[in-house]
Amino acid sequence: MGQMITTNNLMYHYKNNEKEVLALKDVSLHVKEGEFVVIIGHNGSGKSTFAKHLNALLMPSSGDVIVKGLNTKDENKVWEVRQIAGMVFQNPDNQIVATIVEEDVAFGPENLGIPSEEIVRRVEEALKSVDMLDFRHKAPHLLSGGQKQRIAIAGVIAMRPDCLILDEPTAMLDPSGRREVINTIKRLNKEENITVIHITHFMEEAVDADRVIVMEDGEVILEGTPGEVFSQVDKLKSLGLDVPQVTDLANLLIKEGIDIPSDILTVDEMVMKLCQLK
Amino acid sequence: MSIKIENLTHIYNPKSPFESKALDNVNLHIEAGEFIGLIGHTGSGKSTLTQHLNGLLKPTSGKIFINDMDITDKTVKMSEIRKKVGLVFQYPEHQLFEETVFKDISYGPTNLGLSEEEVLARVKESMKLVKLSFDDLKDRSPFELSGGQRRRVAIAGVLAMNPEVLILDEPTAGLDPKGRDDILEQIKHLHNQMGNTVILVSHSMEDIAKLVDRIIVMDKGSVALSGTAAEVFKHVEKLESIGLGIPQISYLMKRLKEVDPDFKDEIFTVEEAKEEIIKWIRRRKNA
Repeated sequence: MGQMITTNNLMYHYKNNEKEVLALKDVSLHVKEGEFVVIIGHNGSGKSTFAKHLNALLMPSSGDVIVKGLNTKDENKVWEVRQIAGMVFQNPDNQIVATIVEEDVAFGPENLGIPSEEIVRRVEEALKSVDMLDFRHKAPHLLSGGQKQRIAIAGVIAMRPDCLILDEPTAMLDPSGRREVINTIKRLNKEENITVIHITHFMEEAVDADRVIVMEDGEVILEGTPGEVFSQVDKLKSLGLDVPQVTDLANLLIKEGIDIPSDILTVDEMVMKLCQLK
Repeated sequence: MSIKIENLTHIYNPKSPFESKALDNVNLHIEAGEFIGLIGHTGSGKSTLTQHLNGLLKPTSGKIFINDMDITDKTVKMSEIRKKVGLVFQYPEHQLFEETVFKDISYGPTNLGLSEEEVLARVKESMKLVKLSFDDLKDRSPFELSGGQRRRVAIAGVLAMNPEVLILDEPTAGLDPKGRDDILEQIKHLHNQMGNTVILVSHSMEDIAKLVDRIIVMDKGSVALSGTAAEVFKHVEKLESIGLGIPQISYLMKRLKEVDPDFKDEIFTVEEAKEEIIKWIRRRKNA
């Protein structure tokens, strides 16, 4: 697998009321092609600032961001970078520009100057991939939050990106909307081999990731498989983050001297391990 | 302050192609001082219901009594209802508008015609309740605060009205886990301290299981289930069929009960689950 995204010693600072704020301190990360990476961290930890560097919405104060071999600092390549790495934001209502679903999805490719027959084909494909083809002639404002968010994803997919960056796309959705969006993202990752970088506060969305990255105060402080990361229950809790309830339970049981693995993430695993206890 | 809802039905856009029945013959009784968790899928009628309780929406049919006052009666003044029933909307921080935190929170009480000292006292008190420092923040613009702080300013604005019934429509939506826990803890604390009636609308069974006296589950405009967490969580299949579920820890305990019927399965917190599992391990060792 090749590299999709590499950041080398990425730093970012800005001025707020004359005060210098260091939002990213030396972040070096590699994301491979086809990987599903989840980033967690509380508000203000630098997650969104980091994400915005990945498709050249922000430029590093120092260090580099390389997207599929392209440095985001190269002004001539900005549009190419954004075509490779597409971004979906938190609020579905802020991302929809047209009054008909298919026109909204066509907006991106139209701006690339793609011929109209090709646009029709891409829009159809993109809507199919988020399971919203039946809604192509509907008005976006009449859709649910989860449906709107899937339209926003389709708009990015129509650009044929290699990588999807999602900045808390489920934060404003109800549980079923959240499920729709997550299933869509997982499917795009598995079936279309799109690299996914997903920022979220919902731990249950992180348990199936290939890798979980925890950010705090502009730095990466934990990184590993979901089991490796979530088993550090006390550390995550001290950062004000959640862990799955069964992982929390495993940690409490270990403290009581019970011999059980610390990286249990699901109900099934917990039942199995408890039944195996001597 | 008790609330009684009788045969409440609400139809949006009646006699038009967009006609839809949001509430269908709802009957509910909420005791004074109860802490209620109101849960349901989007479109189940939760928000429509809460908006009736402070007179923002008028029933198509049915009656609502706050204590013994029928608030659907045309002679009842809306200002009277809103003094008693405070409603915190979803994303309440979007409704902040004043130049300073003080002005924003004092807007409601000032409009009640209270004296300046009384308004000041209420702003201080309500900021204290949501753990915002009066001295540090009163002169700041609400728009330069963090998301969690802005939300607390908005909640303080409702608390400053001293409502006897406090309704919060998904007060933690979009917050990070710490922001969520802070707000919920403050609501619980407030309830313990003031003994007011609280209705908390939420999507999170985990949060609700920890906090409330009674859970009311709405589905398709009707009350589908009502009772303590133990009573409501027994109906796993029904909850799942309406797009809800029970906390992960409760699923675990149900599965363990299948393995060993001696397991207690009415468990909703991780701490309780730990105790129960340790007891089970000891029993097995002694057996």
